[in-house]
Amino acid sequence: MSHNTMNLKLKVWRQKNANVAGAFKTYEVNDISDEMSFLEMLDVLNEKLIVTGDEPIAFDHDCREGICGMCSLYIDGKPHGPWQANTTCQLHMRAFKDGDTITIEPWRSNAFPIVKDLTVDRGAFDRIIQAGGYISVNTGNAVDGNSLPINKDNADAAFAAAMCIGCGACVAACKNSSAMLFLSAKVSHLALLPQGEPERKSRVLNMVAQMDKEGFGSCTNTGACEAACPKEISIANIARLNKEYLRAGLTAE
Amino acid sequence: MLNSKIPAGNLDDKWVDYKGHCKLVNPANKRKMEVIVVGTGLAGASAAASLGELGYKVKAFCFQDSPRRAHSIAAQGGINAAKNYQNDGDSVFRLFYDTIKGGDYRAREGNVHRLAEVSVNIIDQCVAQGVPFAREYGGLLSNRSFGGTQVQRTFYAAGQTGQQLLIGAYQALERQVALGNVTMYSRHEMLDVVKIDGKAKGIIARNLVTGELEKHFGYAVLLCTGGYGNVFYLSTNAMGSNVTAAWKAHKQGAYFANPCFTQIHPTCIPVSGDHQSKLTLMSESLRNDGRIWVPKKQNDTRKANEIPEEERDYYLERRYPAFGNLVPRDVASRAAKERCDAGYGVGTSKHAVYLDYAAAIERYGKTEVGKQGLTNVSHEQIIALGKEVVKEKYGNLFDMYAKITGENPYEVPMRIYPAVHYTMGGLWVDYELQTNVPGLYALGEANFSDHGANRLGASALMQGLADGYFVIPYTLGNNLADEIYNAPIPTSHPAFEEAEKAVAERIQKLKNINGKQSVESFHKRLGKIIWNECGMSRSEAGLKQAIADVQALKKEFWSDVRIPGEINEYNPELDKANRVADFIELGELMCVDALNRNESCGGHFREEYQTPDGEALRDDENYMYVAAWETTGEHQWQLHKEELKYEVIKPSQRNYK
Repeated sequence: MSHNTMNLKLKVWRQKNANVAGAFKTYEVNDISDEMSFLEMLDVLNEKLIVTGDEPIAFDHDCREGICGMCSLYIDGKPHGPWQANTTCQLHMRAFKDGDTITIEPWRSNAFPIVKDLTVDRGAFDRIIQAGGYISVNTGNAVDGNSLPINKDNADAAFAAAMCIGCGACVAACKNSSAMLFLSAKVSHLALLPQGEPERKSRVLNMVAQMDKEGFGSCTNTGACEAACPKEISIANIARLNKEYLRAGLTAE
Repeated sequence: MLNSKIPAGNLDDKWVDYKGHCKLVNPANKRKMEVIVVGTGLAGASAAASLGELGYKVKAFCFQDSPRRAHSIAAQGGINAAKNYQNDGDSVFRLFYDTIKGGDYRAREGNVHRLAEVSVNIIDQCVAQGVPFAREYGGLLSNRSFGGTQVQRTFYAAGQTGQQLLIGAYQALERQVALGNVTMYSRHEMLDVVKIDGKAKGIIARNLVTGELEKHFGYAVLLCTGGYGNVFYLSTNAMGSNVTAAWKAHKQGAYFANPCFTQIHPTCIPVSGDHQSKLTLMSESLRNDGRIWVPKKQNDTRKANEIPEEERDYYLERRYPAFGNLVPRDVASRAAKERCDAGYGVGTSKHAVYLDYAAAIERYGKTEVGKQGLTNVSHEQIIALGKEVVKEKYGNLFDMYAKITGENPYEVPMRIYPAVHYTMGGLWVDYELQTNVPGLYALGEANFSDHGANRLGASALMQGLADGYFVIPYTLGNNLADEIYNAPIPTSHPAFEEAEKAVAERIQKLKNINGKQSVESFHKRLGKIIWNECGMSRSEAGLKQAIADVQALKKEFWSDVRIPGEINEYNPELDKANRVADFIELGELMCVDALNRNESCGGHFREEYQTPDGEALRDDENYMYVAAWETTGEHQWQLHKEELKYEVIKPSQRNYK
């Protein structure tokens, strides 16, 4: 086990709240162990800021094991930083070397207003789910779980789409700030299962309408979202979404 | 003695009878009744959604930016249910029995039997919601075995079962939000329970974005706020997981039960340095194939692969030949600590043991050779084939380990060490999940009721969803039926005003300290005290010292903590300060409880009470009770006992040799 340490320069976006302008501020952090996670490196900086009477940098984080979807950060121009299929909280300092300058920004999208510094409001995602990202079944109405056999391939594909953690990296990566990968993951998850069939048309139409209302941009098939997704949600889901949308539109009463 | 309100009658009939006779609230009245749900993990989201479906007006609160972030999401392994889909002899009784035994005979029979009964409904409900459980080629649900039980009753969705179940509950919750039955308050933290005439009638919550305090009325307050594992600072809990809501309830009179019952999970990635902010769990399933060992020589500095076979001590296989590497969590954790304390630990910190897949890789490789009918195969080819099999079974866990440690677990043994994972203790509740404060309920990990002194794997998800989907919809109605005659109380009522004022003053007091040390530094010090003296093993002298140390830490905290920023803005340091202040007080109570319990059981191991060969020694004659603590002043608690009566199961010594 190596214990290399490094000194780094950080260019961090600071913004008091949504109503005032923000700016980059430069900080130096020294003796950072390569065994630290990226957020632990920020913890070290924040401790220093607190003790010296400065205000710590606000950033969202919770589980720190890559599953809750709360952490964000646009690191050196990439959502969640340089590693593939990874969240910021799982990024470790081995990814950097002594003397590096690291630029850290929040998710940038009109649909994700800034709360403070690197923290943004992703409530738009919850409202997209409210528009139809569910199966309408009240508690207590279910039949036996095995009464409905589901083809394993479909079940696996539904699971692969359902792995989305709702972090918003897809929106941050997209030059149009499109939420199509997020939306398509939910539409695919439910459209691939027989339980989702009764609401299949209304779901896709309502969710797309809500996405547009929230101010997300259009999809122009650059694939940046797929490349940035920490859970490697496939862009094939967007193709399925388009098919579902077209089908619902063509056959609507 | 506390009254747990367990219904009379045969164990099998209690819940059925209860449901048949409990009072109901008619739909028109439900629409007029506001109910507060704090926390949106499995228990909170399922409760809020189900109560919204029934017609109650629900207000749901979470401190995260979205209800979908709650830490239930991180559960990996699975959820138990007595479906007996595998025809391997499972039943409601067996699940009930395993849970009681696993809990080292410190859980209630009535509650646990109900849990086993509704476990089957949970699976059906989740399937109907579209939760993508693992399936077989025939299209039916797949099961795996877990945590040493003898049947396959665990339902799973790869290594992300918690995520999928939570997303199911979250979607049900968002549907109710869309229908107007639930109002969601994200980035809000509950900072007090408001009591009027002895009953819980609302909460004071802080909007974490603006810092404003809000008063919310409810005919009932449901705390679904998870466990308190973060009292140890380092745990597998999320960074924000906290005891604050439960602790405020405790300060308002709710009893806190068995706080010393905490679960230390044996297979976590070890601490790498002082910068460490949290610990990461590796699924218990790794013990199915991995072999755990340390060098036979103390302070051995050789690399793992340089230590020959005969110089390795497979200590679990040596001590527990019958169960070997598959002993329960508490036993495996203690054995690792024993070896490391004796100087046999590995890695730079010396607080780690090896989890070795070399034997499994070779075994699987040879099986593959046989399966594929290969001949003249070299050792390298066997190993390559074996690695493929291991990758398929545990690939995501191996990847996670590699990401965090920078080591390749296919080539060198993983280093693991136990870490705090779950808390069995929590707010005392009766059979209806109501605390001793009328109108105040606790669900899921926040209560104490179902896991005794040790929780079995794949049971936490089961309990959270059982409480939220299938228990509270009945028990809440039984109590609210008497409340329909009472008009809602406006939040201008003096009790709300006073509670809000008290919260505001406390925040101002914290902010005014303006000391020199950060909140985090206090939290780290608290964690070290509790981990060292109230962690995997406890002693009378150590606990007494810990109580003195925590009291001193509390004094220092309230005189030297530094909180930057303002009160009326988004200020995560202030949020943390509120939580750490409560953790410090809880830490003291944990030690008080551990000191009171002069026996070893489950996760509670008192060094004075062990068998000659180092196993836990229970004292059923004197300690077969729930210890429920009432706060009576600073550093003072009154013990209330709830006797545990075993009418069906006969307690016996757990033996894994």
